[in-house]
Amino acid sequence: MDGLDIPLNHILFISSLLFAIGMLGLMIRRNIIFILMSLEVMLNSAALAFVAAGAHWGQPDGQVVFMLILTVAAAEVAVGLGLVLQVQKRFKTLDMDHANRMQG
Amino acid sequence: MSKIIWLIPLMPFVASITLMLFGKNLRRSHIGYLGVSSVGISALLTALLAIEFMQNREVLETLVWTWMQVGSFAPGISFYFDGLTLVMMSVITGVGFLIHLFSTEFMEEDPSYARYFAYLNMFVASMLILVMADNLLLLYLGWEGVGVCSYLLVGFWYQHSANGHAARKAFIVTRIGDTAMALGLLLLFSHLGTLDIQVMMGKANQVWEVGENIPLIACLLLICGAVGKSAQLPLHTWLPDAMAGPTPVSALIHAATMVTAGVYLIARTHGLFLLAPDAMIVVAIIGVVTSLMAAFTALMQTDIKRILAYSTISQIGYMFLALGVGAWSAGIFHLMTHAFFKALLFLGSGAIIHCLHHEHNIFKMGGLRTRMPVTFWSFMIGSAALAALPMTSGFFSKDQILLQAYQLPDLGPGLWMAGLLGALLTAIYSFRLVFVVFFGEANTEPDKDTEWRMAIPLSILCFLALIGGYFTIPVVDVFPVTSGSHPAHWVEYVSISVPLVGLVIAYFIFLNRRINIETLTTSSLGRGLGNFWLSGWGIDWLYDRLFVRPYYKLANLLKLEPVDAIYNAIVELNQLLNLWLSKSQTGRLRWYLASMVAGLIILISLASNLGPGVLQW
Amino acid sequence: MRKDPLIPGVYCHDLIQFNNRSGVLSMLEIVFFYIASLVALIATVMAMTRANAIHALIYLIVSLLAVAVIFFLIGAPFAAALEIVIYAGAIMVLFVFVIMMLNLGEKGDKQERQWLSPSVWVGPALLSIVLLAELLFIISDVNGPVSTSSVSPKAVGLSLFGPYVLAVEISAMLLLAGLVGSFHLGRRYLERDYGDERGKE
Repeated sequence: MDGLDIPLNHILFISSLLFAIGMLGLMIRRNIIFILMSLEVMLNSAALAFVAAGAHWGQPDGQVVFMLILTVAAAEVAVGLGLVLQVQKRFKTLDMDHANRMQG
Repeated sequence: MSKIIWLIPLMPFVASITLMLFGKNLRRSHIGYLGVSSVGISALLTALLAIEFMQNREVLETLVWTWMQVGSFAPGISFYFDGLTLVMMSVITGVGFLIHLFSTEFMEEDPSYARYFAYLNMFVASMLILVMADNLLLLYLGWEGVGVCSYLLVGFWYQHSANGHAARKAFIVTRIGDTAMALGLLLLFSHLGTLDIQVMMGKANQVWEVGENIPLIACLLLICGAVGKSAQLPLHTWLPDAMAGPTPVSALIHAATMVTAGVYLIARTHGLFLLAPDAMIVVAIIGVVTSLMAAFTALMQTDIKRILAYSTISQIGYMFLALGVGAWSAGIFHLMTHAFFKALLFLGSGAIIHCLHHEHNIFKMGGLRTRMPVTFWSFMIGSAALAALPMTSGFFSKDQILLQAYQLPDLGPGLWMAGLLGALLTAIYSFRLVFVVFFGEANTEPDKDTEWRMAIPLSILCFLALIGGYFTIPVVDVFPVTSGSHPAHWVEYVSISVPLVGLVIAYFIFLNRRINIETLTTSSLGRGLGNFWLSGWGIDWLYDRLFVRPYYKLANLLKLEPVDAIYNAIVELNQLLNLWLSKSQTGRLRWYLASMVAGLIILISLASNLGPGVLQW
Repeated sequence: MRKDPLIPGVYCHDLIQFNNRSGVLSMLEIVFFYIASLVALIATVMAMTRANAIHALIYLIVSLLAVAVIFFLIGAPFAAALEIVIYAGAIMVLFVFVIMMLNLGEKGDKQERQWLSPSVWVGPALLSIVLLAELLFIISDVNGPVSTSSVSPKAVGLSLFGPYVLAVEISAMLLLAGLVGSFHLGRRYLERDYGDERGKE
């Protein structure tokens, strides 16, 4: 079937949807592990948009940025999970609403 | 002789430093020896210098060292010595020596003996530098030096806050004049490129025509300085209050030497003043108005030292009159004779105060003629000279001034009349003082009589006050010759007779009581006028309302820091905003996220409305 | 098939050339794309709404795998591989480890279900929907296909160590910082048990 292709905006739709879902998860979850997962989803959706845009132009830059996002995600998860352990140890819960000592 | 001229100011300076550093460890007698002998040596050297000068009339210029050098501006610690300097130096060291000697007895029981002599010696050193300076900057150094010493000595008994107040007043009021004078120096330097007095006057003659504006302004600024230092209108208010200091200090600083520094300054820079005839008129008018004002005020005073203070202001007014009418040498002559008889009067009053338990009110004295004969005769002679009775020293000098004033075209007779009125008043108030203090009934018993250390200076000054008029001061070469015909004889007779009339009036009012002034003084007009004169024409009151209180008000206002309030308001606004915004910081992560998302929504909607291109693919 | 001049002896073209055709996708592949997209969306929604962390994690891994499929279909095989290896493999395994260490159990599940009441998520859902609508509105202008010619790993590598070498170095530093940070946090947790004291405050 000649001439069939995937429209770029469909991929961006999916990316936006994933982003919105991730953000929703970020806002509704109180468990810090789920918050981290939501962050992963959002990062991943951004990465998807980048790769799609890179493919659209036929350039490798999108994938380069994808790798950078991957790096950021890895570092963030490493530190974030370390924090999860600390929160669990100190507050005996993973509820972020308990970690509100920095209120004004 | 010229080699050792710098020793003259150095002696009292070294003595002063020594007393400052080691005064506490020295015995009283040693302090006295050191303080008196340093000035005595200076006086001796000055006498030697005077003898030499009389023989060869040689003007000396000595550069001790270059003070500082900035480009072509290189004022030196350098001394200029001519007839005028000699007169001033003789007065300072001679009268100064006598007053130092007097002080050893007067201050005998004071705990701060060394401090007193340290200040007094420093004063003599500064005053000598002032009169010996050959450039205006060094003169200014001496000028400020005597100002500081005056401040320190007026506030010598600083334990009483009133004395500190008087000292501050003296310092601040003279400072107003000094600032103007500094401006004058800057103006002169910027136009003539030098502050060396002789060079400057030569240059000024080449650069400027008579009556130009710049020399007029410069002269007016110098007059401000002179007016401040010499306690003339309108900056005279500090001198009566400066009587808070020890009486020998009043004699030395506030009668004989420092207050005449203004006269010296104008005489020294007469070359400039000749270029600005208007400035000279100003000087003459200031002088005559001040002398009248002070004479009226002196009539009503009851404090012996305040009477003398106002008479000093009045007499310096005569000197200013002399300078203003171009009678330079008469002015300097009066300066010298005034130094003699006013120092005599002040020392006499010091003796009275010393022996009468620090009593100042003349109406609580009385009948001292027999009890304190030395003092009585000093006062008699001093008052006679002050009133310019014939054959006393004051007669010769004041007579010269009045005659030369009379010869001034246009203003002359008017100035002469005013001067005569002043002379009449002078005679009345000076003999009022004598009659009230020494005649009549005794109100207070003296607990001691004067010792030799007081008696000798008094006697010597008596002698000088009597015969001082026969001296010829060697200033012929310094000042331009004042020509002019001899005035009519009646003028001279009037000038001579007026003081005698004053004496007679004083006799009938205060001693004989033939003239009853009760009705006059108790009438409402008389009482009002009397109070008005007593308060020094209300000038202190006026200044208080005009300057002091507004200044205090301003200071109180500024104490609240109105300008800072703007910045404080910014700070407070920020704190308030911080308070509000920190309430939004709940510590709840999801709340933050929600607000971030809301912000994101707003931003995106804004950006997409900004027009094409912002978010275009 | 020609020899790669940069990396002699490596023949990776077999792998990456598989979708390097003449710029057109087959119908099947387009269907695959939509299926993968659907799977990714559903799996993500499921992951976000699970009460059990392990279940959520499994859904998340599914979502990531679906995205990897999409990468593969739009001609980014290298990204697809990395997505699987690093995201689904390494990062998710980290999550698993931590969840195992925390050992939340049934009690945690109940708690999670309580927290997910409608009143909690209505507001955020509204916000998300508005944002999504905005994004979609902006994206709807975008036209044109996703290029179907694949971008080879070689090209990615060349630009990664060419113009982007600074970014690589910075991410190296970021990883180092992450390493140090997580070591620090984890070490304190393992060595000292001072949580009790803090809890009393």
